[in-house]
Amino acid sequence: MYALLAAAALLLARNLYVMLLVLPDEAAQGAIYRIIFFHLPSWFTSFTAYFLAGVASALYLWKRDNRYDSLAVASTEVGTVFTAMGLVTGMIWARPVWGIWWTWDPRLTWALITWLIYAGYLMLRKAIEDPSQRGKNSAVLNIFSFTAVIITYKAIDWWRTQHPGPVLSFRTGGGAIDPAMEQMIFLNWLAVMLLATVLLLIRMRMEQSQREVDALRRHLHAM
Amino acid sequence: MSFLRLSLVIAAKDLRSEFRTKEALNASLSFSVVILLLFSFAFDPTSDMTREISGGLLWLAFAFAGALILNRSFARELNNDCLDALISSPASGAALFLGKALASFVLLLLVEAVSLPVFGIFYNVRWSSQLGWLAAVMLLATWGITVVGTMFSALTVNLRLRELMLPALVYPMMIPALMSAMQLTTVLLAGEAVAGGNLVWLRLLIGFDIIFTALSLALVETVLVG
Repeated sequence: MYALLAAAALLLARNLYVMLLVLPDEAAQGAIYRIIFFHLPSWFTSFTAYFLAGVASALYLWKRDNRYDSLAVASTEVGTVFTAMGLVTGMIWARPVWGIWWTWDPRLTWALITWLIYAGYLMLRKAIEDPSQRGKNSAVLNIFSFTAVIITYKAIDWWRTQHPGPVLSFRTGGGAIDPAMEQMIFLNWLAVMLLATVLLLIRMRMEQSQREVDALRRHLHAM
Repeated sequence: MSFLRLSLVIAAKDLRSEFRTKEALNASLSFSVVILLLFSFAFDPTSDMTREISGGLLWLAFAFAGALILNRSFARELNNDCLDALISSPASGAALFLGKALASFVLLLLVEAVSLPVFGIFYNVRWSSQLGWLAAVMLLATWGITVVGTMFSALTVNLRLRELMLPALVYPMMIPALMSAMQLTTVLLAGEAVAGGNLVWLRLLIGFDIIFTALSLALVETVLVG
């Protein structure tokens, strides 16, 4: 885990050097565009985390193994953190470029809805005491919640939004973005993902310990 | 008995017990009228602006009134351990869910059928010019609301904080259905037809109904039985 953390720190330092000192300013936006190197990776990371949480929830319903439940809650929590980061970096970017902090643009609105829905998941977990009931009910809710992620992802195709249409080459076939900048987005995604993985592992360990503490406490209570 | 038959028996039971006491129905109906009244303080009810946001107002009132009905959907079975009896009956979780959803659907439609003319009178909106389309949108959106609401009612039925948790969880999840219904209703109340750019909302609404009905029927057994 420490190795992962060190790798994340090193890659992040190297990325910061390249994005601040090597890559040029963007033609229309100037220096501020560099926030894309954190904005997009935050969203990719949070969507990946939600996807992982959805898969873990489905696996929990299938196998009823507590480790999947821990993975689901850890992954959802990491996802909500990076959703918050995506929202905040987006707002900082929108202020100079769109002239406004918050635009109620469909993708932005859906990102907020997604965040609220997953916050609801975390609230529901807190409200249920029985571990097996908590596991299955929150797993079902997590699977429901993933629909919001899909809508957020497709929002730029379904509605006219202030967000640009598809830019990255895996959706456009290339040409919409400078290859050096695109490479930087993915390299920084890797750095953020490494960090997210470390957070996920810590959170999972916490959840497992909590489960043990709860079980011991119940045991003690029964005696 | 077949699956559908069992669902209908459950729905009939729920409706019968509701019509005998009218607890949820009366509360929901008066709540919906109170909300429509409260909106008149938020802005000038006689201006043209009302027409532009009429769909939004109407569906907010329906969504709030719906939560009262949906809250009761599974919670009414807690007394005398009726929920355990229902679960141990031959009806599957999905049939039980479908019956409960149908009953709430009928109740919410009743509330809407009374609230709509009241809304028309309060805000001077002529709502009958596109009646067929309006009825279709109301049926589709109300089904979307009840199917998600009934599912979440089942999810939260055993919680101490049930009444607090249900609205916090269910409203964000209902947004696609509510959003489409608001857009379409505003268009229809203005006397225009659903066409062109508005069809995306109709597609979203139908997609929402199909996806959430399927997801709920597939997963409700897990929630109720384990």
